[in-house]
Amino acid sequence: MSPFWSAWISIITLAVIFGCAALLLTISKSQKFKDTTEETTGHVFDGIEELDNPLPKWWFWMFMITIIYSVGYLIAYPGLGNFKGVIGWTSTGQWEEEIRHADATYAPIFAKYAALPADELLKEENRPGLLMGQRMFANNCSVCHGAAATGAYGFPNLTDTDWLYGGSVDSIKATITNGRVGAMPSWASKLGEAGVRDMASYVLNLSGAPDIDAEAVARAKPKFQALCIACHGADGTGTQALGAPNLTDNVWLYGGSYEKIAHTIRMGRAGNMPAHKDLLSDNKINLIAGYVYSLSQQQQ
Amino acid sequence: MLKHESIEKHVGLMALLIILVISGGGLAEIVPLFFQVSTTKPIEGLKPYTALEMEGRDIYIREGCHVCHSQMIRPFRAETERYGHFSTANEFVWEHPFLWGSKRTGPDLARVGGRYSDDWHRAHLYNPRDVVPESKMPSYPWLFKNKLTGSDTAAKLELFSKFGVPYTAEQIDSAQDEVSGKYEIEAVIAYLQSLGKKHSEYSNKR
Repeated sequence: MSPFWSAWISIITLAVIFGCAALLLTISKSQKFKDTTEETTGHVFDGIEELDNPLPKWWFWMFMITIIYSVGYLIAYPGLGNFKGVIGWTSTGQWEEEIRHADATYAPIFAKYAALPADELLKEENRPGLLMGQRMFANNCSVCHGAAATGAYGFPNLTDTDWLYGGSVDSIKATITNGRVGAMPSWASKLGEAGVRDMASYVLNLSGAPDIDAEAVARAKPKFQALCIACHGADGTGTQALGAPNLTDNVWLYGGSYEKIAHTIRMGRAGNMPAHKDLLSDNKINLIAGYVYSLSQQQQ
Repeated sequence: MLKHESIEKHVGLMALLIILVISGGGLAEIVPLFFQVSTTKPIEGLKPYTALEMEGRDIYIREGCHVCHSQMIRPFRAETERYGHFSTANEFVWEHPFLWGSKRTGPDLARVGGRYSDDWHRAHLYNPRDVVPESKMPSYPWLFKNKLTGSDTAAKLELFSKFGVPYTAEQIDSAQDEVSGKYEIEAVIAYLQSLGKKHSEYSNKR
């Protein structure tokens, strides 16, 4: 801040404070502290008169205390232009102190769990680590995946054993760190509407749904072999390296009804797990991954 | 010494003295900010909103998002742990008006960009309870029906360039084409995804 503005702020601030003090003292001096009287100020309005009484003592002293407090405050804390205050407080400094304190408290705990192999984290004695992971999951992940990690339409359920990109701790860590982008193209132009509907029957048939139109399945089969197996595999069990889902189980990210599947084939899908490497430290990702891993382990 | 009575009986004098008293705070606390580097110089690398983001920002204001969502992260660990680096004045130099808000019914959005996928924002704005069952945020289904014409987008950018935001003539000229025909939801998501992503000075890693 330039010396001019520093002086500007200091002068106005002090003028206001000492102006208030002067006003208060002048009034109390001119009136003295007298007892309440029947004397009026001479104001009469509609027969209502104003008594000429001094400021009550408790009120006067409350005013004085605020003035004394403000002077003390301006000496201790920054307020008067460039003057930093004698205790050297800053809002950033207070924040840094909080961070330092937290780091000193939590770093050893994180370090302890970071050193453990994933399966160790599942043991009873390391339960606090998992609970930390759970809390961080609730803060950072539950908005999409749900508070119980059971997912929602378009957001994977993390409590089952069905994984798009792999369910090992390392795969989960990679997913959280770098994010994932699904790449199911739209097949409307390649297949045509009739082809899309046949293919939906074929995919439903793969998952073992009953009462599927056999002719539609037969019509779609060569197209599936030509267009879909590169990602979903010849048997439709998917490829985790690509995030191509297994079509033979009955787990559906975007709905497993005939119409929903047809829609997915027609329009394509591009599910996006945002990368968290710029948002969460490795230590936190480590514990969140451990927690997510533990959810599917409980299912087995 | 001024007599109490003479102040009460002269309206002009009383008005003058009132103005003098109440301007003290503003003169000391607000006026100097107009001349400080920390409040008038944009943070290094700050990028202006694109035409689409600007339209999204106006929809954000129209729908009153700022009534329930702040865009101001305070320098407390409890906030920076959740939202990322605390906000600084030089991030808001090109905000007219700023959308800091004063109340958090929902979370702070100052650095929400990149936090969730576009799909999530779509699902969430269409019906928040589809993704967050306990949410009490209203649904905004009309954003998926209304289309932007972009008829006044260029005028908005031009106004902002008068405020000192460095829009180029090309950006202003192409503003309408950039937004015309797009759904409002696209503009809102573009804006939300830009929040906190307009410069890369701060690490938001927690």
